Amino acid sequence: MRPLNRTASDVPAARGLVLSALPVALAVGAYGLSYGVLAVAAGLSPAVATLSSVLVLAGGSQFAFVGVLALGGNPFAGALSGLLLNVRYVAFGVAIARALPGGPGWRRAVDSYLVVDESVALALGQAGPRPTDPSRVQTWSVEVVRRFRVVGWSVVAAWILATALGAFGGRFIADPQVYGLDAAFPAGFLALLAPWLRTPRGRLAAGIGVVLALGLTPIAPPGVPIVAAALGGLIAMWLPAHDGAAAPQEPPTDGREGPP
Amino acid sequence: MTIILALVVLAVGTYLMKAIGPFAAAGRELPPWLDELSNLLPAGLLAALVATQTVVDGATLTLDARIVGVGAAAVAVALRAHFGIVVLVGAGVTAAVRALGWG
Repeated sequence: MRPLNRTASDVPAARGLVLSALPVALAVGAYGLSYGVLAVAAGLSPAVATLSSVLVLAGGSQFAFVGVLALGGNPFAGALSGLLLNVRYVAFGVAIARALPGGPGWRRAVDSYLVVDESVALALGQAGPRPTDPSRVQTWSVEVVRRFRVVGWSVVAAWILATALGAFGGRFIADPQVYGLDAAFPAGFLALLAPWLRTPRGRLAAGIGVVLALGLTPIAPPGVPIVAAALGGLIAMWLPAHDGAAAPQEPPTDGREGPP
Repeated sequence: MTIILALVVLAVGTYLMKAIGPFAAAGRELPPWLDELSNLLPAGLLAALVATQTVVDGATLTLDARIVGVGAAAVAVALRAHFGIVVLVGAGVTAAVRALGWG
């Protein structure tokens, strides 16, 4: 009886997953809207602005790119600063790879496209650390990968659609800052960070990351402070956390999400 | 044309960096320390994104309306509010502080 029930119970589970991705998509959409407006203001045609969101799919670096263009800078200098901002995706890609099943090249290629901050952070944050017990790894991986792909595709759709909306209809939209949209993103990242803040080592990694990023901001090129913050994870791994050493397998304390 | 070419450089370079993990590490047994590291990497990165997007303007540290908004969002996170609520609180409080004339 049980195996038969599986597909039936998967349907509401999948719906819940999509619903939980919705707020993320809305936040990304707001950000994409302001990107579309700014990209056209910087001199891109609406079509190229939209295409850039399809091809690059990394908001911060796209803002950096059009920021350089708006100042009359060399487009390749813009591309370089964008690439520096995106070095962090090496780390995000490695982080999610622990759950990915591998398999054929096209699967890996599609999953690579879906590596964005939100997809990786939400998938890993909700599932908690990878279980050490081999028999539980399979379930963990399936859950992480499913959420990663649902959130990933939601972000893709929201980012591209919102860019197009902003790029083609930008003149009808007021200054995004008036609505505080520039603060929507750090607020969203903070919510994504929350599961890590509930473990001692996660707090340590986050704290070191903040100190490194803010300390390097005045002296290092854009992007470098963020990449350097990945060292927070490396250092936290070696330092003894306050009470975490005895309990490395804390179950995820806030595994439940989604609308109440 | 130069702009398109530069965009392609940005797109291809970004994709290659994203692809390192899925192509080199997926479906493979890695040493436990790499497990632990990949679990902790997002913490440092996300925290840095929060911090820089809250108090950085260009290359300088600055305090403006965003710090109030993100502070309010932090309270929402501590109360275990839903993601959408946290984002709304962050944006709404920032907009309100700006409407009152600061930052």
